[in-house]
Amino acid sequence: MNQKAKITAIVKDNLQNFLFVLPAVSIFCIFYIYPFYKMINLSFYDWRGIGPMHFIGISNYKELMGDNLWWDSIGHAGYITLIALTFQNALAFALAWACDREIRMKRFYRMVFFIPPVLSEVVVGLIWNWILNPEMQNGQHIGLLNHLLYNSGFPQLVHDWLGDPKTALTTIAIVNSWKGFGWGFIILLAGLQTIDRQLYEAAKIDGASAWKTFTNVTIPMMLPVILVVVILTILGCMQVFVLILTMVNEGLVNHTDVPVTRIFSAMQNTNRFGYACAEAVIFGTILVCVSFITKRLTDKAKQA
Amino acid sequence: MLFALAGCAQAPQPSNKLILWHWMTDRNDAFQKLAQEYQQETGVEVSVQLFAPSDSYSQKVIAAAQANVLPDIYGILDKKSIVADFIKSGLAADLTGAMDADGGSWKNSLFDKALADRRFDEGNIYGVKPGIYGVPIDVTNEQMLYNKKLLAKAGIKKPPVNFDEFINDAQALKRVGITPFVSGWGELWLLDCFASNYAFNIMGEEKIFATYRGQVKYTDPDWIKVFNLFARLRDNGVLIDGIVTKGNKYAEQDFALERAAFSFNGSWCVNVYHEMNPGLDYGVMSPPPISSAFPLKIWGSAGSSFVVNAGSPNKDKAIAFLKWLTAKDQQLVLARETYNLPSNKEAIFGVSPILEEFAKGMNQSTHPNIWPLNEDPSVSEAFDKGIQDIIIGEKTPLQVAGDVQTVKDRQMAQGNR
Repeated sequence: MNQKAKITAIVKDNLQNFLFVLPAVSIFCIFYIYPFYKMINLSFYDWRGIGPMHFIGISNYKELMGDNLWWDSIGHAGYITLIALTFQNALAFALAWACDREIRMKRFYRMVFFIPPVLSEVVVGLIWNWILNPEMQNGQHIGLLNHLLYNSGFPQLVHDWLGDPKTALTTIAIVNSWKGFGWGFIILLAGLQTIDRQLYEAAKIDGASAWKTFTNVTIPMMLPVILVVVILTILGCMQVFVLILTMVNEGLVNHTDVPVTRIFSAMQNTNRFGYACAEAVIFGTILVCVSFITKRLTDKAKQA
Repeated sequence: MLFALAGCAQAPQPSNKLILWHWMTDRNDAFQKLAQEYQQETGVEVSVQLFAPSDSYSQKVIAAAQANVLPDIYGILDKKSIVADFIKSGLAADLTGAMDADGGSWKNSLFDKALADRRFDEGNIYGVKPGIYGVPIDVTNEQMLYNKKLLAKAGIKKPPVNFDEFINDAQALKRVGITPFVSGWGELWLLDCFASNYAFNIMGEEKIFATYRGQVKYTDPDWIKVFNLFARLRDNGVLIDGIVTKGNKYAEQDFALERAAFSFNGSWCVNVYHEMNPGLDYGVMSPPPISSAFPLKIWGSAGSSFVVNAGSPNKDKAIAFLKWLTAKDQQLVLARETYNLPSNKEAIFGVSPILEEFAKGMNQSTHPNIWPLNEDPSVSEAFDKGIQDIIIGEKTPLQVAGDVQTVKDRQMAQGNR
């Protein structure tokens, strides 16, 4: 084959490959890259969603830096995420670990634990609104939780869970964990089932206790899976939105604001699309940084 | 196909088919029925397309406006300033000519306050060419409702006529274990509406607008009185538990299921209550005034209105359809089937007694959309959330007044820059 024919064959081959990936690349560019670029671009403008756009440089970002409500909302999302990372994932891990044993009806438990995540967030919000309803009618508590507390001898615990700033965010965080633990459960269970049983047998022969086996076999083998669960938990919880909207509407003053509700409010209530985009850019950057740091920390833990 | 995908399709051609976008789930069946009737009468097909809920609809309309793919007829669910942006972008047709034709017969058949919602007068602050840019298909106002049975149970013979009586009645209701008042104040606009009714009552519109212009501070004693009113409601246990996170749908459910004796809601509630509890025995009253200094005003204007796409090749047909839709006969159909107040004045005499009670309130109504200026949204948000703060007992009226003024000062400083 001469040189020219060789080059033609390579070009043809590359062109063919390129044509195969072109549809996917086009879709990615149209639906991901362009909107992403547009969002960053809009964050430098004052725009109400329709009509003329005014370039204002980094003014939106400057304002955002001094917006206490925005930073509070980041803190609220962080709190919800912290509850999920600890309470939700510990629960998911414990249940996955239990279902990985030879226990009766484990298929049934797997199914039950996976029900909350497959429910729509709106449905979950509505169900919990009814459970947490603080009202009374004809001397009876309408909400299931207050009804149970009152009738089981704990009337002092009856409370307006979503209407009190001291309890509202924690209540939402717990409901969010209830809704989300099933995902972690399934992923962690799948991870546990991939651990070679011979490792456990070897540990047993070496006389390792159940705790030692757990900390020296299960945890190190599960680290990559735990990393995935941690990152998914962070990304999912930081972006919690629908649950809050269905449980407390536009929020309990600003005590239940999270970044996405602030972004939504900037677009919907004050028609500040540019400011909303600036919020989205900052929020996205924070999420990328948190994911990156989490990955680095876990990599270090794996090496150790 | 590639051109179509790229949004470069050929410009739409005139046709015998109109497309109408709306968000009103409760009125969809009636619209579909009327559209069929219109096709039989005129041969023009009207495709009525429902997009709900209203938040999603709003976003869809804005996205369609950006892509210039709006239908022939649609509604703008937003502030007047945004409607102005649609008009200035050439997306909403000026209907003044059609309204004024035949000696203004179309315009004169409609409630003036409903038309005012979409009318831009000479020298308007939005810089829009004067004209009428929308057609109200119904009117609405927000008032208080009382449950006759629950009031009787507490020994209350007639609804309260002033705020002190209201507080006394609330005490009487509480004594017999009835929650006095419910409203969907988790939705800030409804809270804003209630507060502004009393602001009109306490200080009158001139002072309110002077505040918006920055000439009067929110720390003024009259504004403190407005904030204090909510502290009184809280301290006297008038409000239902969880009111600050309650959506209006839940509040409507509470009133319909007789869990509260009074409610603050819009005239659309007649339809909602009818569906939830057809036997509910209730009446309509203006919020009881707290002062005799100025008349108490309620919010009332066009409930829902449609605009015609200025770029539509079927513009004239779209206007003709809206003229037909707001004629007396069609308005009666809408009023009877959807329990909403008709926008046509002649149709008001054929509605149910409870709607007639609501209709009487139109005489004392006003609306932010017809005010010469509106408060900055960020100040309004601080104002409404501040009231929530008072209700949950986190802040005093004085603290909230100070907070709102801080936001106002910042907004004024930004405006000056």
